Amino acid sequence: MADKIILEVARYSPERDAKPSFQSYEVPVYKEWVVLDALNYIKDQVDGSLTYRWSCRMGICGSCGMMVNGEPKLTCATFLSSYAHNGSKVRVEPLRYFPVVRDLVTELSDFLVKLTKVKPWLIRHDEPPLTQGEFLQTPDQLDRYKQFSMCINCTLCYAACPVVGLDPVFVGPAAIALAQRYNMDSRDQGTEERTAVLAHPEGIWGCTFVGECTRVCPKHVDPAGAIQQYKLKAALDWVKSFVMPGEHKSKDVRSEAAND
Amino acid sequence: MCAVKQPTTRTAPAYTEFHPRWYRPQVSVYWWLFQRQYLKFILRELSSVFVAAFVVITLLQLNALRNGPEAYARFQQWLQTPAAIALNVVSFCFVVFHAITWFNLAPSAMAVRLRGKPLPDFMVAAPNYAVWLVVSGAVAWLVLR
Ligand code: SF4
Ligand code: FES
Repeated sequence: MADKIILEVARYSPERDAKPSFQSYEVPVYKEWVVLDALNYIKDQVDGSLTYRWSCRMGICGSCGMMVNGEPKLTCATFLSSYAHNGSKVRVEPLRYFPVVRDLVTELSDFLVKLTKVKPWLIRHDEPPLTQGEFLQTPDQLDRYKQFSMCINCTLCYAACPVVGLDPVFVGPAAIALAQRYNMDSRDQGTEERTAVLAHPEGIWGCTFVGECTRVCPKHVDPAGAIQQYKLKAALDWVKSFVMPGEHKSKDVRSEAAND
Repeated sequence: MCAVKQPTTRTAPAYTEFHPRWYRPQVSVYWWLFQRQYLKFILRELSSVFVAAFVVITLLQLNALRNGPEAYARFQQWLQTPAAIALNVVSFCFVVFHAITWFNLAPSAMAVRLRGKPLPDFMVAAPNYAVWLVVSGAVAWLVLR
């Protein structure tokens, strides 16, 4: 392991630059340092103007995502030492496909609009009285959506998805996985409302199953799986609507779960 | 009122009223060339062309069969030309690639649960391979016997 490494950091100032350029910094390498530590070192010791987002530095807040040597990574969970071979460099860039506000900071409003479009919250059509107590859920019912609920909105999956880059209206992996998180929740009754947004060329049918979102996800959410499962269900619903016209399109997930 | 003036030069702060001047990266037409996984995806998509090629060849063969022994002999002769052999070899490789990548993706599209527990990935992929093997074996037996 080398004891120093060159960090090539993308810099962009909206006031000064027409496009980003790279600036190199030499930083020390310690065994326990992650890429974010190196950025903090630069900001504290070398160049206070470097701008980037971070908060928890433990893979929870999802704000430190950047491209590290071309791969979307949480910089607080990516060890510097794994890049530190003799003479090697580490390239740090803002997450791909997002507009850049400054240096390593991306603009997220588009993602947030897409996220709210899929209504990622519990939708109820009936509201049982409080006296009935809480909604109970079996471990099996929890298990059906738990994986999708681990998303921290880090947007690494968007930076990994070429469809996001080529087709800006595509709702994208995390938003669809989160929609599926609520669709699979036994307490939710909003599947049909979400289908209107999701069974759409800008939703699940925009996905070409590159599968990169699942590979880069630091929380093992498997958005690609969520989208394909949704596609399968939408296709079956479509077939069912021919075979059994008049049948309710998407069954209430609750009754499905109750039948297990 | 605090309307922000449009900037006139690049050095002037170039903010619009609510949005800073973002840099919007362009996606290169060659985006799929520079990353192994993207290239693999494009090859997987491309493999459908060769699957279609196989279908067309089979249809042409059936058509030749219908047109009598002479036409069929001519077709078989064409199949022996280097171009046809090359096309078949390349198509075969792509079709195998297509089948393997497709079967490996199947588990993520189908969340199969057995007695409330999700089935492990290989248990979803394995039956696909098994059917593939059995059908290929049956066809080979029919053709070669
Ligand atoms: S699905 Fe994974 S990669 Fe995508 S935003 Fe959520 S945690 Fe990040
Ligand atoms: S700083 Fe919170 S996820 Fe990295």
